[in-house]
Formats: sequence, C-alpha cells, structure tokens
Amino acid sequence: MDEKVLITGNEAIGEAAIQAGCRFFFGYPITPQNKVPEYLSYRLPQVGGCFVQAESEIAAIYMVFGAAGAGARVLTSSSSPGISLKQEGISYIAAAELPCVIVNVMRAGPGLGGILPSQSDYFQATKGGGHGDYHLLALAPSTIQETVDLMMDAFDLADKYRNPVIVLADGCIGQMMEPVEFKERPSEVFPPKDWAVTGAKNRPRNLLKSLYLDPEKLEQHNLKLHKKYLEMAKNEVRVETYLTEDADIIIAAYGTVARISRTAIKILRKKGIKVGMVRPITVFPFPYETFAEISEKVDNILVVEMSLGQMVEDVKLGVCGRANVHFYGRVGGMVPTYDEIVREIEKIRRSQVS
Amino acid sequence: MAGFGGQGVLFIGRLLAHAAMKEGRNVTWIPSYGPAMRGGTANCTVVISDEVIGSPVITSPHSLIVMNNPSLDAFEPRLKTGGLLIVNSSLVTHEAKRNDITVVKAPANKIAFEIGSDRVANMVLLGAYSACTKVVTKENILEALKKVLGEKKKHLFEINKTAFEKGLETGNL
Amino acid sequence: MMKIAFERPRSMFPVPTHYCPGCGHGIIHRLLGEVIDEFGIREKVVGVAPVGCSVLIYNYIDCDMYEAAHGRAPAIATGCKRVHPDLIVFTYQGDGDLASIGTAEVIHAATRGENITVLFVNNAVYGMTGGQMAPTTLLGQKTTTSPYGRAPKREGYPIRIAEMLATLEGATYIARVSVHSPRAVIAAKRVLKKAFEIQINGLGFSLVEFLSQCPTGWGVSPTEATKWVEEKMIPFFPLGEFKVPKNEKLVK
Repeated sequence: MDEKVLITGNEAIGEAAIQAGCRFFFGYPITPQNKVPEYLSYRLPQVGGCFVQAESEIAAIYMVFGAAGAGARVLTSSSSPGISLKQEGISYIAAAELPCVIVNVMRAGPGLGGILPSQSDYFQATKGGGHGDYHLLALAPSTIQETVDLMMDAFDLADKYRNPVIVLADGCIGQMMEPVEFKERPSEVFPPKDWAVTGAKNRPRNLLKSLYLDPEKLEQHNLKLHKKYLEMAKNEVRVETYLTEDADIIIAAYGTVARISRTAIKILRKKGIKVGMVRPITVFPFPYETFAEISEKVDNILVVEMSLGQMVEDVKLGVCGRANVHFYGRVGGMVPTYDEIVREIEKIRRSQVS
Repeated sequence: MAGFGGQGVLFIGRLLAHAAMKEGRNVTWIPSYGPAMRGGTANCTVVISDEVIGSPVITSPHSLIVMNNPSLDAFEPRLKTGGLLIVNSSLVTHEAKRNDITVVKAPANKIAFEIGSDRVANMVLLGAYSACTKVVTKENILEALKKVLGEKKKHLFEINKTAFEKGLETGNL
Repeated sequence: MMKIAFERPRSMFPVPTHYCPGCGHGIIHRLLGEVIDEFGIREKVVGVAPVGCSVLIYNYIDCDMYEAAHGRAPAIATGCKRVHPDLIVFTYQGDGDLASIGTAEVIHAATRGENITVLFVNNAVYGMTGGQMAPTTLLGQKTTTSPYGRAPKREGYPIRIAEMLATLEGATYIARVSVHSPRAVIAAKRVLKKAFEIQINGLGFSLVEFLSQCPTGWGVSPTEATKWVEEKMIPFFPLGEFKVPKNEKLVK
C-alpha cells in the first residue's frame, strides 16, 4: 500500500496497528474513539486476528495483560474517562514489564466531562497515571500521517523496552481526515519473547507478576524499571523545532495545538514577528534539553495547551528559569484558535516593549 | 459546509477532500461531532492547500455552503471578506446580511426533488460550489463519489452525479 | 516389589505451603496438580493466580503463570486463551476476588463462553486481609467487618455464584463441591477433572466452586471448621452440578 488514502485518525490508528503486526484488540466503546474498535472489529478477522469487546475498560486492559503476556502484539484504545478506568491494569502491565500499546483519544474532563477534544490527560500519561513509580513511553502525534507512523513505532518501542506505550491523541485527531500513506518499513528484529507465558515446554516455567513482598527485592525491581526510563530518556526523545533559528519568541505545543500554532506563526511572521515552535513528539521522555538550549536564545516562551497548564510544568523544568514561560490554555472541549494564539504572542511582545 | 444532520454536509465535505487528495493537494477534513446526528446541526471544515496545513479548524473560511437557516446565522459573520457563500435557497429563508461577499443561491431541494430525490440536495450545492471556485475538477469529484459510495451504495451514483451536474449549471449562471 | 501408593504430583514444587492448619487451599492445589498430571498437560497449562491467600499458588504449581489484580483473572485468561487457543488456561480465585470485585469479569468470561476453567474457592470470608466479610459470608456469621453477624438489612444476602452462572447460555459446566471430608475430596476431584476435560475438548467455559474451610478466618479449630462446612455452608450452598454440556443430563 503506497497510494495515499483519506481516512480519519481513528481509522488510521486501527489500520496502522494491523500494519505493525498487531492482531489483538480488546476495548470498550467510548466517544470520541469509537471508530477505532469499530474499524478493528471489521478488519481484524480479515487478517486472522481477534477483536473482543470487553465488559468494561478494566476487563479490556487485563485482556491486554493476558495477550501481551502470551507474547502477542496487542492494542487497546479509549478516551479519557475510560483511560482512568484502565489505570489499575496499566500499572500492573508496567510492573510485569509487558509490551502493549494504549491509545488515548483525549476528551475534556474531569469526571464525565465532555466529548470534545482536550489535552488534559497529560499528567496522567506522562507522570505515571496509576499507582506506583512507573512511566509509559508517551507519543503525541500532530497529524494523521504522524499518527500512523507513531502507531507503528509504538509497537516496536513497546517490544524494545518491554513497557506499555501510550499514544496521546485528542478528539480532533480522532475525527479528522487527512491523506495518509502506509509506508513499507524495515522491520526491526527483537529478541524472542522467551519470558512469555506459552506453556512450560522444555524450559523452566515463566511467571508474570508484580508482587514482591520482600522490600529489598521490590526496591531492586523499581530500580530496574527506573533504569529503563533513563534509557528511554537517552535514546527516544523526539522533538520537532519549527523556525526556531531566527525566532525571538517560541511557542511550545504538541498534538493538535501544535498545528494550530503553526498557522498562528505564519500569520505572525507576515506581521514581522519572528516566532518559532518547539513541538514535543515524545512527551515522556520529554525534550528537556531542547528547551534548555532554546532558553539560552530567547527570552519568552509561550506554552499553549488544551488544558489549564500541564505540559507547561515540564517546559519550566527544561527552561529552568533562563527565560520567561507564559501560558495560554483552553479547556472543556474548546480548541484554541490561531487568532487567540496570535493575540497572546502580541500581548507578550507589548509587555516586553513597555 | 453546514446544515441539519442528515442533509449530507459531511458527505460532500468528504467528496471535496477526496477530490483534492486526487489532485495531489494537502487537505484536512474535520467534522463537528457530538450527539448532533440526524436532525441536529452538523458542519465540517475542509482545508485545501499546496502548503503543509496547520490548523484544520478555521476562524474565517474562504467559502461557506449553508443548507439551513441556523447555519447561515451562525457562520455568515465568520466568512472572509470577498468570500463565497453558497446558499440552499429551498430551505434558507433568512437573507445574507453582508455585502462584502459573493452570494450564490441554489434551490437545491427543489432541483434535487425534480431529478428524483431531495436527499441529493447536498450534491447540487457541491456542484454550485465547484463551478464557482473550480478548486477541484468535475472528474475528480465523480471519482471521489464512486469511491466514497463504494460497492454497497453503487446504485446511488447516477442520481448523485446528476445532482452534481445540475449544481454545476446553477453555479455557472 | 513395592508399589508407590502416594507421591507428590509432578506438576507441584516439592515445598511446604504457607497455608494455615486446616485450610482447604492445600487440598485444592493438590487436586489441581493431580488432574494436570493425569491429563499429562503440564506443558500446555497456564494458570492465573488471584489476589488473596492463594496469590502464591505459583509457588506450588509448576506451570506457566500470571499473577492477576484482584478479580481480573478471567480477563487475563481471556487474553491468553485468545492468543493461544491450544493452551489449557485456568484461573484460581477466592470469594472476595471472584464474587465481589471480579463479578463482572467472571460473568462475562462465562457468557462469552471462553474456553477456560475457573477454580472458585468459597470459604465465606476474606482470608488474607484478616477475616473480613465476603460476598459469600453466611447470614448471622460474624467477621471483622460484620461484628454483629451478617444481617440482611445491614449487609444483604450471600451470593450463590454457581447457581447464578448456571443461568448463562455461554457457560458449559458449572458445579459445586466441597473439601471438608475425604469423601467430599474424592468427589471434588472427579468434578475438577470433568471441568478440565470440557476445556480440553473445546466445549467452553467451566467453573468448579469449592466450599473450603478457613479455621483462622472463622476463629475455630480445623475440626470444627470441617463441621461448620457440613452444617452451615452446605445447607445454603448445596453441592452438585448446576450446568452440564447440552448432550448430558443434569445429575444432582
């Protein structure tokens, strides 16, 4: 398949998973990601895969636990309230070091919230989410093509680190259509999953667990996990810089908000205001160093999010006081417009002049 | 493009997006979504560009297709100066208020009814829009129509095509 | 020549268990080990351990295993079985695990007809956390969270899981047994073997509920505990088969 196809983000998520060799999906309906399970319920049987609509998000994530533990590439997807329900299982999966991919098509919260786009699950996705000291590798696509590419990478990264990977999309990405290409990709070779539960034939039995009653052993286990996260930080940071070379002001944004910011930057540059953008593609590990470097060059950074200020905390950690960090956010399903972003930048400029 | 749910505004948006893709342009299609299915209001935004597309959501569009009164009232003020407004005059009784835009009226439901089904009124309006803007070719719209209808709804191709062609004539006036 | 009359099942590790004196888990583990041996399926068996006293079942049964979160074992078993339909997958769950926090998971695994076997150990109390009230705690029974005795108005009624699951089209084999006497243990093994046989033959969901004694949780001696099963539990939780494969007759 190298011809471009016009599909929604949700369908692209499903197809990309199949192209990445995923044959198992366990999920539960929730808006605005319903096209993912719908698409896979139709596609998976065609490729010899298996789709199960679980009785709850909780059951779905444990079916993922079971399938991942049995050595399969496996996907689940949900939207914010459903992801909250899955958090228990995600913690267990991270603890048992099982690879899987979780998609969150974020909607507005808290509580039942609304069904429109949001980025208010950033903390949940990047700081752990469930109980215990663990992290997910978190990827934040900004276009449908990038959603496809990152979905495929997600399965590789999950296998590479034996760690759950979360793809952090939002309602816009889920519902939007763009032409995409499913590119042939070199398949990485990973070590065999000799830890998987497949029946103990001609080998000692395998046990997938997270209980360590001896605190010294549990500390060792935590340190082992932590080492993985440090490895990810060393190897997997992905970030896009856009027109940062000559920029006086930098916008920091990810996902849908980043592409809206791109339009704002175009307008601002026409007005003679040199604005650039730093767009984290991995939000865990976070590109702290890029922000450290950029803060040596500019005095002002505007963080724009569909939240009341979550990623802004990571930006501040990267900037570490070397530049002013401003924030603009819309919530509740309201999507910031490029006009609003233009206005915010102009406001920062005015305050600097005076 | 905006109208009641069920009038097929998302559908003509998809056709336009498909046709633009066929022509090698960058394109985004994004619907309003929510509990507004049939009977509620529905709209979608299509951005076609030769450059990388930033925001898929547009504050002031170049063109607007409206299929009912609430859509006209809601979106007319947002149209760009010099923009194009395509109005389904069969159902839209409100008058456009601005004089810095081009207004094209097409009695889409009436035309559609005459050719056999007022469910293809959307295609009449897409035709009128295509004639006015020439943003995509007729061939590519028809190719997109074939693709989007698929095997299951193949039988609807002819009537949709006729409606689109009637729309082209209306827009060319 | 001497004949070996009794030996440890090969699918069990040669270690003593951590269970309290008089606890039923050790007996049920052994029945499981014997059944696995007798079918010769140890290399095809995957178990899912619960949360509760028997979380450490994987220290005793020598086969590939998962350790589940509280109540989620049937979902994990589903995921595993869907990936490897040729494996023999069982869950081992207590009453707090299966009949309270995990009711949704077991009901839906049953109604989907997942081809797995569930060993459900009902001792009418939360053992590991210290003897709190369980969904299967009997009326009048005192526990650390029903210190006045379970009263319907305050704590509601105990759940009969076997009877409830037997109403589901998707379930193939549902039975209740007990391990409070040698005679009961022999009968229990026969039923457990049948449950595994049903899975091996691809016939669908099977569940065996074991009434089991918890002297520590009940605050009685092991001997008194076996009597309590006989006199209190069995009258409320009758033994027998509640659902059998379509071509068989139900024998009470």
